[in-house]
Amino acid sequence: MSRINTLLILLLVVMSGLAIQPALAETPNQILSAVESSAKTAPEFRGFSATRGEQFFKSTHGNDWSCASCHTEDPAGSGKHAKTNKVIKALAPSANAERLTDPAKVEKWFKRNCNDVLGRVCTPQEKGDVIAYLLTTRK
Amino acid sequence: MSSVYRNALRMFAVIMLLAGAVAVAQADDDEHEGGRRASVSNAKWQAECGSCHVAFPPRMLPAASWREMMSGLGKHFGTDASLEAPVALEIGAFLEKNAGTGKQEPTAKPQLRISETRWFVREHDEVPERVWKNPLVKSPANCAACHTRAESGDYRERNIRMPE
Ligand code: HEC
Ligand code: HEC
Ligand code: HEC
Repeated sequence: MSRINTLLILLLVVMSGLAIQPALAETPNQILSAVESSAKTAPEFRGFSATRGEQFFKSTHGNDWSCASCHTEDPAGSGKHAKTNKVIKALAPSANAERLTDPAKVEKWFKRNCNDVLGRVCTPQEKGDVIAYLLTTRK
Repeated sequence: MSSVYRNALRMFAVIMLLAGAVAVAQADDDEHEGGRRASVSNAKWQAECGSCHVAFPPRMLPAASWREMMSGLGKHFGTDASLEAPVALEIGAFLEKNAGTGKQEPTAKPQLRISETRWFVREHDEVPERVWKNPLVKSPANCAACHTRAESGDYRERNIRMPE
């Protein structure tokens, strides 16, 4: 009897662990508004622009790589890592529903990729412009 | 502040997963070479270390190399691969636990490239120069260019196809 109780408790513990696993998902628009609230603290903020985001995405910024070096000029298609050749799934949410739904993942990659491409973190304005651009690209 | 709470929950989930990974790992006594054995795995390692290249199996470098690598992810072979501390800790523990047993000179700086280890060079000494130079290969670290099932940790000879 007590053996069964122990088993039950164990099972519950394991299940609660599993239930917590999935990251709390958000929509790309929720992620964009979070970026907007921090961009708004700059007095010169005039909203985001997909056109500016596209330009930013396709240009180099003093280093070898642009965002497009790995994600290609068409973020709705799949990309390829410029150094390792590994295939990278499409960035645009219209083509890949997992994109821009996990705030921690989005933050992690902006930090890394901006560091590689610009040698610094991206500003909230730059991030918002890129997200606005990614949201307009279609297959 | 909810992120602190969320992190605590994640840590808990991580511990549960780690317990599982350790249980699996204990059934496996490794050596660095060959791809014959069922590979050990860990979800965080697979996701984080498999996003820019295949997740290189832990048995392919000694523990000291993994430790050195995990302490410098901000500058990882010319790219930023930085991780949040709790995730880095979990992955580091997994890598060291399942590391290869190949010995290095105790005084030598730990080797960070699998493709520069002695066993790698020996296993690949028959690969022709023109194959290494093929744009589909590009780098010896691009295991998947020839090891068609590298993604699942399988490096067995029968699954090797070299690009022409
Ligand atoms: C050296 C290659 C490389 C470059 C350059 C690069 N990225 Fe990435 N990026 C990646 C990889 C690899 C991933 C993770 C892929 C995956 O999850 O499948 C990624 C993921 C992302 C994500 C995560 C999206 C999500 O929700 O899953 C965003 C956003 C992103 N990149 C934006 C950018 C921006 C903006 C730039 C330019 C400043 C850029 N990237 C430049 C390789 C690169
Ligand atoms: C942001 C992208 C990125 C992430 C994330 C990443 N790496 Fe790398 N890694 C690279 C690049 C780029 C190279 C160099 C590839 C080359 O020279 O062909 C590399 C090379 C390596 C090599 C050497 C390969 C060889 O034998 O030449 C090892 C080992 C390695 N990575 C382990 C890891 C581990 C462990 C993790 C997870 C903690 C990780 N990497 C995460 C980008 C990444
Ligand atoms: C250019 C093609 C190519 C690349 C790239 C490559 N290998 Fe290999 N590898 C081979 C060939 C060919 C053999 C078989 C050599 C033989 O048995 O004569 C081999 C053998 C091996 C073996 C021994 C397999 C066995 O069961 O005997 C291992 C392990 C291995 N490679 C790991 C790797 C890893 C890890 C990487 C990436 C860091 C890598 N290889 C990159 C072509 C390649």
